[in-house]
Parts: sequence; structure tokens; C-alpha cells
Amino acid sequence: MNCRSEVLEVSVEGRQVDEAMLALLHTILLHRSTGKFHYKKEGTYSIGTVGTQDIDCDYIDFSFVRVSSDELDRVIRKAVGEFKDAMGNGTDGMGQISLEFYQKKKSRWPFSDECIPWEVWSIKVNVVNLANEQERQICREKVGEKLGEKVINIVEVINQHEYLPKMPTQSEVDNVFDTSLKDVQPYLYKITFQITDTLGTSKTTWFCAY
Amino acid sequence: MDSDLSPQDKKDLDKFIKFFALKTVQVIVQARLGEKVCTRSLSSPTGSDWFNLAIKDIPEVTHESKKALAGQLPGIERSMCVEISLKTSEGDSMELETWCLEMNEKCDKDIKVSYTVYNRMSLLLKSLLAITRVTPAYKLSRKQGHDYVILYRIYFGEVQLTGLGEAFQTVRVGVVGTPIGTITLSCAYRTNLAFMSTSGLKCTACKICHYMFSHFLPYPPYSPLRTAPIMGIIIDHFVERPFGNVGHMHPCNYRLVTPGEDEGAYNGVEDSQEVCTTSFSTSPPSQMGVPGKEGGVPQQVPVQPCHGAQAEHRRVSSCPPADHVPATPSSSGEDAETSSRSVGVKSGSPWGVLETTFTRKVGAFVNKPGTQVTTASLDLPFAAFAPRAYDLEENDPMVQPPESSATSSPLQGSLHSQGSGESGGPAQDDFVMVDFKPAFSKDDLLPMDLGTFYREFQNPPQLTSLTIDVSSQSMAEDLDSLPEKLAVYEKNIDEFDAFVDTLQ
Repeated sequence: MNCRSEVLEVSVEGRQVDEAMLALLHTILLHRSTGKFHYKKEGTYSIGTVGTQDIDCDYIDFSFVRVSSDELDRVIRKAVGEFKDAMGNGTDGMGQISLEFYQKKKSRWPFSDECIPWEVWSIKVNVVNLANEQERQICREKVGEKLGEKVINIVEVINQHEYLPKMPTQSEVDNVFDTSLKDVQPYLYKITFQITDTLGTSKTTWFCAY
Repeated sequence: MDSDLSPQDKKDLDKFIKFFALKTVQVIVQARLGEKVCTRSLSSPTGSDWFNLAIKDIPEVTHESKKALAGQLPGIERSMCVEISLKTSEGDSMELETWCLEMNEKCDKDIKVSYTVYNRMSLLLKSLLAITRVTPAYKLSRKQGHDYVILYRIYFGEVQLTGLGEAFQTVRVGVVGTPIGTITLSCAYRTNLAFMSTSGLKCTACKICHYMFSHFLPYPPYSPLRTAPIMGIIIDHFVERPFGNVGHMHPCNYRLVTPGEDEGAYNGVEDSQEVCTTSFSTSPPSQMGVPGKEGGVPQQVPVQPCHGAQAEHRRVSSCPPADHVPATPSSSGEDAETSSRSVGVKSGSPWGVLETTFTRKVGAFVNKPGTQVTTASLDLPFAAFAPRAYDLEENDPMVQPPESSATSSPLQGSLHSQGSGESGGPAQDDFVMVDFKPAFSKDDLLPMDLGTFYREFQNPPQLTSLTIDVSSQSMAEDLDSLPEKLAVYEKNIDEFDAFVDTLQ
């Protein structure tokens, strides 16, 4: 199976990094989350309900929809926060945050389970510094428009209906979905990021497995 | 095409398409209400959330959708469209976008109806949730209010995009293949925002123009949001609000009904709340809209259902009943026009056939009329100061409403008269008369309002113990009367002792 890979690029001001990343990651996760599965004895299962909520950005003229799950939001915010810290506050730089959906393949002892990615979203971020308030105001609107384009791109890709893992049996649900959350069930995912410093060619990679 | 489908699959597919169409309209309209939408995730399925998504159903919107569908389903050459337009307070209107749910002939016969189609429809609704926040009309709808309002119109049939002007842009939300055709959901939105009012190229509400002009700056060529340059906008600057008399244009606070809340304001049960578990059990029979039996909001049920390809514009984020209430024959001619359009006269139902049900909620501090009470029977504060002129109640309009006493409240009386009129009814029908029952005021006993009460009791009489007459008694007289008083107290000493014992 080939892993589908999509790359999105945005240029933002330092204080916009958080919201821009949250907007795109939550838009992707909205499409890659289902309600909680409840398996029944006869082999069928029922699915819980996914709620949604509108989020207005403070530093960007943009609003997006995310899954109504505070737990999921906390996890994503934590990852984005670490990414922003790694990018440095207020400095120019480039970074990339990746959201990878994967399946687990059980292996026999002593081998560990294999994680097979089936979809990877990479968001390349270019952080810029602005000189005055007028530029910041223009940046607010421009970044908002750019994020709108990215949301459209995300929707276009997702609605191509390419590979999705098969719905698992009860014994295999943890190989496909993240069942740790109480209210929703996203596909198994991990967030990683890497930073490229403009001063040099060094790369730093952090892995944040969730 | 259909013969390849099993009867159960065909039935399921039709049901999915129907509810998908209804939910699509709900998502679009709710995204243009001007408010942030928030629904809860539920770990356990309720059986009433179609496509496993918490999308609330606004009964008016569902009603309009069903009216437009008129028992049909979106299909090939039968598209369902939701048109979003903007209307300024001066009456200028402009179509902003048109959402189209269409079907083409490309079939996917191998696809599983009860699983894949259903899940893909769910995915498409999520995409719709995301895209509705991205098109330019979203930001306009969030800022609607005094200057302009956002309207929606649902129609069925051929897609009409001419109202969007030239060089409109299109964004495709997504597609779902089914055994009978491929469902596509797309949005065409306006890019040229030059207003054309009846007086020529004149643009009202400068705030809208300034905002929209700044938003639609040219995009890079590869951008799907690229628009043509805006030309010819003439901006009028208003020093003060030019339309202070069109209060009805202001969006009301729209309360969405959630399970567990008071659903009596609108239809009690909609068939959009049919059971929709993953096992797709049979749904309860659909129910027509039933007038709410509770709540302070009137409902209207046309006797003849509306047919035809077009429904009238409905105002987004309005108090729905207000749109159904005929306008006051006020100085603004637009009110009457709006009301005649919103009432749905085109359906052929005359005013006299429309039925209204209404039940008034009893609020706080309200004394239910009809009960005979007297001051002696009530433990009222300051009851001793209450004027005993009960005959004043007969002449008090607060106690005896001007209408016939057959109606239990003046509001019901006015609503009945509304239903019997042809063209709009009396002027007070548009105003909800609320019997103001302030604290400390019981209109059947103390016929006074708060102001009168305050004035009456602002200067209470002095206590007798503090009057001059008492203080004028001389000390000598007090001393002389002491022995006599002491003798009386000694005589009743047993009584005093018993009283002291009760206190211990």
C-alpha cells in the first residue's frame, strides 16, 4: 500500500503560527474522526455522534470548524505549542509539522508492532517578521484567505475517496483508531515536526507520538 | 439502473439522499445565521443523529426544505439549491452564493449503500461544514445586523446562477457515488459586489462596501478564490442611521431547540429525527408539522401544502414566527412587501384559512386573573395601607382588558383577529402585548403600577409613638400614673410569669 502524502504551505507571522496550525490540523482531523464505536454481540456496531464547533482566530481573519472534543483539542494544542516553541518566538524561520495517519500491524514477540502510515499531511510554515501595524493588518487578511484556500485543498483531497482502513472488528479497533478519547475516535495519528533555522542548515526533528 | 438495487437498498438509498439533502440545507443556513455553531459530541449514539453528526434541525428550515422538495428527491436534472442573498435596510438585495446539490448519471453499482454511501455522505457533510466557513458570505453573515441581513431561499429544479453576476467562482465541496448516480455538492459565489439599486449605481450601507471591497482583493492566478476587480461602487456615507423604523430587520436571538429543552415552541417531532442507527432500523412514520402547544410563540399551519419549484425567501437568523406575521401597515412600504412574500400567499392559502395556535406562558409575578381575592384574605405587606376602592378595578385597563372577557388574555384575542383578516389585520397584531406585572403589584387588588406604588409609600405616616401628642405629656403626669400601672401589673403577675415561661 502506498502512503498518500499531501503538502500544504503557509507563510505567517510569529503570533499566527498557533492558530494557523490549529485551523489546518483540526480541519483534517474533523474529516478523520468518527464517533465512538460500540460493538454489539451479534457482530454489528453502532457509532456515536460527532459534534462540531466554530472557532474564531484572534490574530487571523479566519474561522474554522473543529470536532467538539476538548481532549482532542488539548492534544493538538500541546503539539502545536511545542512546534511553536521550537520555531522560536518572533524570529524568522521555517518549519514543518506533519500529521500522519497510520495503522498498527501486530507483530510477534520480540518484534514491536509495526506502524504503517496510510496518509501524511505536511504543513510547511514560513514565519515572517513584520515591521508595522499596517503590514500586520494586511497579513491578518491575507493569511485568512490563504488558510481558506488550504481548507479547500484539504477538502478536495479527502473527497477523492482514496484509501481508508477497513472498519475493524472489536479486537482490532485499537490498530486503526485512537480509542483513548472519551467522546470521539480519530484514526490513529501522530504529529511530528522539524525546524529549519535560516541561520544555518541544521535540522532538528522531534517526534510526538499520540 | 434502479433494477440492480435490492428493494431494501433502494429504500435505504432514498432515505439517505432525503436526509442528506435536509442536513445539507441545515448546515448551510445555520452557517449564515451570524452566530457560532456548537454541538456536543456524544459517545453513545442517540439514534436521531443522521450521519453520526450532531447537526441540529431548525424546524422552519426543515419545513422550507420539505416544501421545496415537495415529496421529490434530488436527482438527475432535479437539483436542490440554497441561495444566500444579502438585503440592506434600504431594500437593495444581492445574491451572494448558491449551493447546489446535484446528481449526474455516473453510477457506481458496486458501492455498498448501507455502509460506504452513508459514510461518504457523512464525510461530505463535514466538508460542507468546513467550506461554509471559508466562502466570503460567512464573514458577511457574521457581521449582519443593523445595516443588512442575510436571507436564504431553497428551490428545486434547474440551477440559477445568473443572479451572481459575472465572473462568479465555483468551489466543489465533494462527491458521493451511488448506484443511481453521483451526488455532487458545490457552491458558486459572487465576486463582483457592485450594487445595482433601483436608483442606479448607488451603494448603500458603506460599511458593507468597505468590508467587501477589502475582502475581494485580487488573488494570485492559481488561487481558487481569485476574483475580478471591483469597479463602479459609489459609497454613501450616513451620519446617522437612516432606517430607524425598520426594527424588524434586526436579527432576533434565535434559539435552537436541542433535545431536552422546551421544544414546544416549534414542531414537537420532525421526521428528520427518525432513528438512524448504523443498523438502519425502520424509522417512525413521518409527521407533518404540528403547531406547538406550549411556549409563547405562535405557529401557522397552512391548510394547503405549497407545491412548485420555488419557495419564498426566508430571513436567516430571524424570529421565524415574525416572518409569518403580517406586517404592521406602517410608513415603510417594504414591511408589507416582506410580509406578503414571507407569508407564502403564492401557496394559494388565503389568510382566513391559516390557523394559529398560541399558548401564553405565565411569567413571574403574574397573578392569574379570574380569582376573587380581598385584602383580608391575602397576607400582603403594607396591606393596611391598601386603598379599599375595589370598584376601581372595573375601570382599570390593566385588570380588565379592552377585549371581550371570553379570551383569557389580550394577546390571544389579538391573534384570533389576525387569523381572520385577509391582508394583514389590525395594527396591534404586530406587537406582542405583555401584561407588565412588576413586583409588589397585584392588579386585582391594588390597582397601581410601580410608580404609583412608590409615590404612595414614599411618605408613610409617622409612628404614633413618635407623634407630638405623646411627647407633650409631662413627666409629672407619668409619675402619677405609675402606681396605678404597677397595681395592674401585680394583679396580672401570674399571666406575665406564664408568658416568660413560654419564652424559655
